[in-house]
Amino acid sequence: MCLAIPARIVEIEGDSAVADAMGTRWKIRTTLTPEAGLGDIVLIHAGYAITKVDEEEARKTWELFEEIARIEEQEKQAGGQEGPA
Amino acid sequence: MNFDQVKNAQGRMAAAVEKLGRPIQIMEVCGTHTVAIFRHGIRSLLPEGIKLLSGPGCPVCVTDQGTIDAIIELARRNDTIIATYGDMIRVPGTEGSLERLHRANVRVVLSTDDALALARKHPDKTVVFAAVGFETTTPATAVAVQAARREGVDNFCILSAHKLVVPAMQTLLGGRNDKIDAFLCPGHVSVIIGSAAYRPVAEAFHRPCVVAGFEPMQIIEGIVRICGQIETGQAHVDSVYQAAVHEQGNPVALGLMEAVFDPWDGPWRGLGVIPGGTLRLKKEYESFDAVRRFEIHTKKASEPAGCLCGQVLCGLTEPTQCGLFGKTCTPDHPVGPCMVSTEGACSAWYKYKSE
Ligand code: SF4
Repeated sequence: MCLAIPARIVEIEGDSAVADAMGTRWKIRTTLTPEAGLGDIVLIHAGYAITKVDEEEARKTWELFEEIARIEEQEKQAGGQEGPA
Repeated sequence: MNFDQVKNAQGRMAAAVEKLGRPIQIMEVCGTHTVAIFRHGIRSLLPEGIKLLSGPGCPVCVTDQGTIDAIIELARRNDTIIATYGDMIRVPGTEGSLERLHRANVRVVLSTDDALALARKHPDKTVVFAAVGFETTTPATAVAVQAARREGVDNFCILSAHKLVVPAMQTLLGGRNDKIDAFLCPGHVSVIIGSAAYRPVAEAFHRPCVVAGFEPMQIIEGIVRICGQIETGQAHVDSVYQAAVHEQGNPVALGLMEAVFDPWDGPWRGLGVIPGGTLRLKKEYESFDAVRRFEIHTKKASEPAGCLCGQVLCGLTEPTQCGLFGKTCTPDHPVGPCMVSTEGACSAWYKYKSE
């Protein structure tokens, strides 16, 4: 629940913004990060940006998410075996 | 993960265990860490003698049964809409869960903005936002409460079960589980509160506190730094997540929390009443407090029979030691909240332990 996702601000007006992470876009608020502007990357938690992060940090997280998604997809295809042995 | 880096890390951890002459117990306070640790198989990479304990870092898990029952009670009314984050709807109350109630008035929201929008859309109902979560989540609730007051959205209120991480760590060390040698501190809670917030834990209890993000190598590096401190008899705050966490945290978010909430001695599941560990609305915002508006008297409710969640949350018991684990209690049919939430220790063990 306390996970925040990095995303780039692609539109902003006042404290309402649209953020983009790996092609997914959604509405967010920048109320908690007034210093964030267009083009900045922010960590977003429950619809709110909580801090700015740099490009490199964001890229590492995006790559990690991609890898997790890929592994989970493979697991699903392998028959979705879950649970204790 | 880089093989050489992992090997080097393993060596440093093992050296610390050897120097100490006993196992080292490290608690990851954050449920997101618990999931990341399992997902990346980090436990299997640790040398013998390094033991990870999952702590009280899953907001849904630490919400006491009385509060959950109160939310479910509110959902039974015809004049309310319950707005909640997704994980909460499956938590078993004493009588059923929000999900089992099948009530049209229970809505999953992704942000407090959505909850406030519901209130504007349904002026004939009172929207109650089930406000659970740690410091990462609380500022957004504060924003919504302030907006509701500013805009006169009087049919909006919150049931606050917001929790603070540091008082919980102090309570654990103060008696519930003093065998914890160090803490791996949560990444995104720390974005808000800042790494300096752990100083009272590190200094007063002489326990290393290291803030880490959620990448596998960063978690491993966090554990290595902890071992380094223990090996040399030090205990201070350190961070391997400087990319996002500043010493003083996010001042805007902290200011909002302080403007809207007061800490009070509220109940936590498993840990009991923690001094200053829960947040409730300040007097000037009390008209937005669901407890006051609906005159809720939370009863002391008992835990689900046989469920050891309370001990699991303190790092005293591993989920598999619970007699119900994987038998009558599974993610599809959870008995306790630690199996409900995807971040709960029982759920993480169930999902990943066999791998
Ligand atoms: S396995 Fe189920 S019943 Fe046992 S402690 Fe975990 S949540 Fe409670």
